[in-house]
Amino acid sequence: MQRYSWAALARHALGQHRGWTPLWRKAAPRSRYSVVIIGGGGHGLATAYYLAKEHGIGDVAVLEKGAIGLGNTGRNTTIIRSNYLWDESARIYEHSLKLWEGLSAELNFNVMLSQRGVLNLAHTEGDVREGKRRANANRLNGIDAEWLDAAAVERFCPILDVSSEARYPVLGATLQRRGGVARHDAVAWGYARAADAQGVDIIENCEVTAIRIVNGHVTGVETSRGDIAAEKIAIVAAGHNSVLAAMAGVRLPLQSHPLQALVSEPVKPVLDCVVMSNAVHVYVSQSDKGELVIGAGIDAFNSYAQRGSFPIIEGQMAALLELFPSFSRLKMLRSWAGIVDVSPDASPIIGKVPVEGLYLNGGWGTGGFKATPGAGHVFAHTIAHDEPHPLARPFALDRFMSGALIDEHGAAAVAH
Amino acid sequence: MLLIPCPWCGPRNEAEFHYGGEAHIARPPHPDALDDPAWADYLFMRSNPKGPFAERWVHSAGCRRWFHVVRDTATHRILAVYKIGDPPPGITNLRGAGA
Repeated sequence: MQRYSWAALARHALGQHRGWTPLWRKAAPRSRYSVVIIGGGGHGLATAYYLAKEHGIGDVAVLEKGAIGLGNTGRNTTIIRSNYLWDESARIYEHSLKLWEGLSAELNFNVMLSQRGVLNLAHTEGDVREGKRRANANRLNGIDAEWLDAAAVERFCPILDVSSEARYPVLGATLQRRGGVARHDAVAWGYARAADAQGVDIIENCEVTAIRIVNGHVTGVETSRGDIAAEKIAIVAAGHNSVLAAMAGVRLPLQSHPLQALVSEPVKPVLDCVVMSNAVHVYVSQSDKGELVIGAGIDAFNSYAQRGSFPIIEGQMAALLELFPSFSRLKMLRSWAGIVDVSPDASPIIGKVPVEGLYLNGGWGTGGFKATPGAGHVFAHTIAHDEPHPLARPFALDRFMSGALIDEHGAAAVAH
Repeated sequence: MLLIPCPWCGPRNEAEFHYGGEAHIARPPHPDALDDPAWADYLFMRSNPKGPFAERWVHSAGCRRWFHVVRDTATHRILAVYKIGDPPPGITNLRGAGA
């Protein structure tokens, strides 16, 4: 792997920057691997990287149906935070945030983590109570969290309309200063490059069409680029997890929905933090290019079509303009959707499924991007040891039988 | 944006409807006899197919009646509409993702 540094930049400048090599090899599938990971998004690539780096399992293939970075990894609104209410969630998301904080150095690739602070607004007395409770719960879990009253919110984010005449008056907000955003493409590229350097084969345009099982144990996959034998198979396919699990005869408690987002035309810096509102349901940040990046909730119906309906956008625009009246003349440039797999308790499913050698990391719904490093880390451990990582144990599939749900619907600072 | 043909009111804008998720999940006839996996299957497990999918909608801003739709989740094309209590039409691949 070519390491990136000032010295490398200077050296390549002498060669007019023609000596840079691709970030990863265009690998062709071999006939056999120890571990096959289905899904080349951030989570799948991170899993491969940690399998190779921390567990010495470099005989890994990541199978991606399309091209790296074109799925949900490049479609999210890039928000990172760990201010979840319940202990199990707080631990795994904080584990992830800690990994984010060292990720650029770890991968020798700038993921452009910007810890600019995440505000979660409170508009009603119920929101205020919930916000204070969540901030206290976060602090008990060692996560930075503050409660800001309306005047402090105005100081922190002056462009926000906190006047009492506002349609949705801002009564206060929780603030996680270590939260922020990162460059989502760079996360995929950085993990792909680092995994490739550890010997992982990243195989693009390779769609899995069947999972082979003999005597209750996986033996390999059939793909659009031929059959591949594997001792262990990990499904990390976000919206398509149900489709892949069905190939192994496994039913999951997941529903796939479109999650839409959109960006405005680029403008000068106006918003230097992330603002999320649960009650009026919109979240917004400003990218380094100057575009406002705006998102909200899912379309209610099941879909694999990567597009949603316009009323969802209309609703989040209405909410945005009530919070930021000065945005009313902005033109929106483009919108898109990703397919997210939503679980009944809005918490992920990480671990083994009832077929030997088959593992699942999914159900992240609308919140998977922030978990990319942490999820990859604990999932790699789970695959390597055939035993859940302690942080992943509460998120096992069997919680839907035991009843030990981790109900983050509404509790996780945003509605799901 | 979906144009949903309500069996009573005709084609209407999606915004008039609410979604009811997967159709034909029958309440277990003998709930006392179910073990935990069977309860989990009834309460939580869903087929979530990519392709034709039998689902429920309610025309909440119209006649306020529930009905069934078979819609292709990969294209959003509506393949069939039928009333509550009617059996699903003969479209294959209604149950089981990728089956």
